[in-house]
Amino acid sequence: MKTINVRYFALFRERAGRDSETVETTADDALALFRQLTDRHGTDDPRGHCKVAINDVMADWDSPVADGDDVLLFPPVAGG
Amino acid sequence: MCAAPTDDRDARHVSLASFGEDATSRLRAAHVLIIGVGGTGCAAAAALAAAGAGTLTLVDFDRVDASNLARQPLYTPADIGRDKVAVAATRLATQHPGISIKPRAERLAGEALQAAVHAADVALDCSDNFASRFALNKACVDTGTALVSGSALRWEGQVAVFGPDYANAPCYRCMYSDHDEALDDCQGAGVLGPIPATIGTLMATEAIKRVTGTGTPARLSLYDGSTGEWRQLGVSKNGDCPVCAAR
Ligand SMILES: [Zn+2]
Repeated sequence: MKTINVRYFALFRERAGRDSETVETTADDALALFRQLTDRHGTDDPRGHCKVAINDVMADWDSPVADGDDVLLFPPVAGG
Repeated sequence: MCAAPTDDRDARHVSLASFGEDATSRLRAAHVLIIGVGGTGCAAAAALAAAGAGTLTLVDFDRVDASNLARQPLYTPADIGRDKVAVAATRLATQHPGISIKPRAERLAGEALQAAVHAADVALDCSDNFASRFALNKACVDTGTALVSGSALRWEGQVAVFGPDYANAPCYRCMYSDHDEALDDCQGAGVLGPIPATIGTLMATEAIKRVTGTGTPARLSLYDGSTGEWRQLGVSKNGDCPVCAAR
């Protein structure tokens, strides 16, 4: 088990109903973690609707997550 | 002695530490390309014109709509139905007669887009969809032109600066991929009036820094107006990026 601090930004704060949470997880990468979180919060957004950063650097869905990491989920924005 | 009117206009830049006469002159000589004159583009264009950016090229095929007026302050109810770039150019030229404004009421693509980017010192992405954003990014990478990217929707916005050293630094496509989809557009999701202006004004600051060689570029900045929160993130160059990896 590893402990991950998840932060929800903007739209995802509203969806998750919280700013952040600490989760215990066996997820190896960002995508596995994301799937656990979407299951937990009952949302079924495709991952194309979400961007992820790990420890304040943008990451890919196959980026590994490690004990103590800070994971930020935020929506893509293309509007002008 | 009275200074010439143009000197008076620039007084606060000339006296600004780490800016001064040299940067003011570089700004006067700069050419900024603005793709899209909606919410972010209006604010960026207004700030750059007021600051004295020498040449602005404004590109947008869209016409003024009543729904634009809450967040696009260059337009009035009397402008509804007119080409946005024509209205914006006329308004900015009236306010700031010392600069050159080139309106282009068209959708630039391919070689025409590349030529427009190549002619500019920096390009501002104020467009409203991923397809346009990817096309402009590619033109910036192909021509080695710096890109200031800004976007806004709902209560939130993002700003990022890319290039011009794309051999060693990421491009917009390193950050967003074909898999990314906007959850909605302004029409579907709505947008709070001042959010695009907040982002567009920051884009103008980044553009000024770029063309004058002052300051350091902002990191990817995320803004959530609903809480007033900002987050700043690093973006790494993607070794598999289809646009910039081989450069
Ligand atoms: Zn790239």
